[in-house]
Amino acid sequence: MAAIISIRDLKKSYDNGFEALKGVSLDIEKGEIIALLGPNGAGKTTLIGAVCGLVTISSGQALVGGFDVAKEPRRARRLIGLVPQELALDLFETVWNSVRFTRGLFGLPRDDSHIENVLKSLSLWDKKDNQCKELSGGMKRRVMIAKALSHNPEVLFLDEPTAGVDVNLRRDMWKVVGDLRNTGVTVILTTHYIEEAEEMADRVAVINKGSILLVEDKTQLMQSFGRKVLTLDLGAPLVTLPESLADYDLTRSEDGKQLSYAYDTREARTGITRLITDLAAEGIHVRDLDSTKSSLEDVFLDLVEEKA
Amino acid sequence: MNWRAIGAIYRFEMTRFFRTIYQSILSPVLSTVLYFVVFGAAIGGRIDTVEGIAYGAFIVPGLVMLSVLQQSISNASFGIYFPKFTGTIFELFSAPVSFFEIVMGFVGAAATKSLFVAVLIIATSFVFVDLHIIHPIWAMVFLILTALSFSLLGFILGIWAKSFEQLNIVPMLVVTPLVFLGGAFYSAAMLPGIWQVVVKFNPVLYLISGFRWAFFDVADVPVTLSLAAITVFLALCLAVIGWIFKTGWRLKS
Repeated sequence: MAAIISIRDLKKSYDNGFEALKGVSLDIEKGEIIALLGPNGAGKTTLIGAVCGLVTISSGQALVGGFDVAKEPRRARRLIGLVPQELALDLFETVWNSVRFTRGLFGLPRDDSHIENVLKSLSLWDKKDNQCKELSGGMKRRVMIAKALSHNPEVLFLDEPTAGVDVNLRRDMWKVVGDLRNTGVTVILTTHYIEEAEEMADRVAVINKGSILLVEDKTQLMQSFGRKVLTLDLGAPLVTLPESLADYDLTRSEDGKQLSYAYDTREARTGITRLITDLAAEGIHVRDLDSTKSSLEDVFLDLVEEKA
Repeated sequence: MNWRAIGAIYRFEMTRFFRTIYQSILSPVLSTVLYFVVFGAAIGGRIDTVEGIAYGAFIVPGLVMLSVLQQSISNASFGIYFPKFTGTIFELFSAPVSFFEIVMGFVGAAATKSLFVAVLIIATSFVFVDLHIIHPIWAMVFLILTALSFSLLGFILGIWAKSFEQLNIVPMLVVTPLVFLGGAFYSAAMLPGIWQVVVKFNPVLYLISGFRWAFFDVADVPVTLSLAAITVFLALCLAVIGWIFKTGWRLKS
């Protein structure tokens, strides 16, 4: 598939010598949802700012729809909708005027039916005449998204869309992004919540200290870092681990009723058969087995620590 | 040229103006009325005429200029500072809008607002004094040029300011003294010796003098000099704006 955004060796350094982006390269395909995952200060917002025209690029190139954001900013920006991290709204303006204003800024003729559709899709229609200050935080965020969608962008940047919102609102936002996927909009979201990337994204780009550490399909990423944990429910509580089992990576639960065994699916032998045999030899009765995949969070921590 | 964006900014700013229409209009009109009462009636009763013009009428051009200067600066500076303060300015920079278009939208709206107030003050003054404007077209030209150039100055101020205090300091500490020392309430010829020379360095003197000429055909300095002064000021503001545009000073990181 063609890349709608193509970033090549993008660098951003400040006068004080701080390098916020150290040669980032990334291709984003049309219609996908990609999560830029990284801790605070990793360079996520700077990267978005550089593509959207808020940050002056030091060197390198960013193309949006084939247009260089530095050389043809107008044509590139027409394709982009941006929802920044902060809730920046003119609080005294009505929702309707606020959204209409953004459409005007993008040079598009008035189109009330489009704005109506956008507001309805974000459950904002009955709030259209309210001043933004009358809305809750979650609703304000929706207004920001409505503004960004007012000019039919092909690419939507969501910078930390759920930072500082409660669990319900977060799930609500995931639904909004899920619905966006159906409209064919390419979504680039930044987050430091692994759960969020796991829930929403098709691909994950892990970014830390101004460099992209890895870009991979979410499922593959989790597989390739496929650590799994086998939990064994024991017939009787185990007070101490027999010495013969000391070589295994085993953790005993506090009440001694469970043993956890961590293993790597990529290895030729996982050691499970041998473990079961050795447990039987020690006379330890296993009632039940359960294996869980490690979450993206574990994958992420592994990666950041590994490259640090 | 993204005319729709200019229109959108202009409309947005004008909506803000009309949303606070009473504050926007009441304050300048009230202070003008007070000036008429204090200077026109109380003091003017003892001065009689200045250069053959009734004192109450003589101060009208100065009063209008005082309001236009203050209004233009505060409208434009607040107009651009507010999005900086609330963070909504990101929207202007991430949209396909050039800096020039942004300036046109904000400055156009700021100048329109102050012209609106100017017309209202002139209308109010007709209630208090017997007024006849000799060169109405020139009066409009001076008004528009002044409103535009001081809105540009206000825009620069709004970009420069890092706090609301800084936003207020220029109109308070610079503009008001310049207007008072620029012959708003007297003719420069009435000043003692050295002050007549000093006031010639005050750019506002040229504005008020030119505007007064349009009203009464009486001026402190030749009207061509007034026109030249306002043009130079306009060009200077445009040059600074151009420089900000090129460097992204205080706007982009």
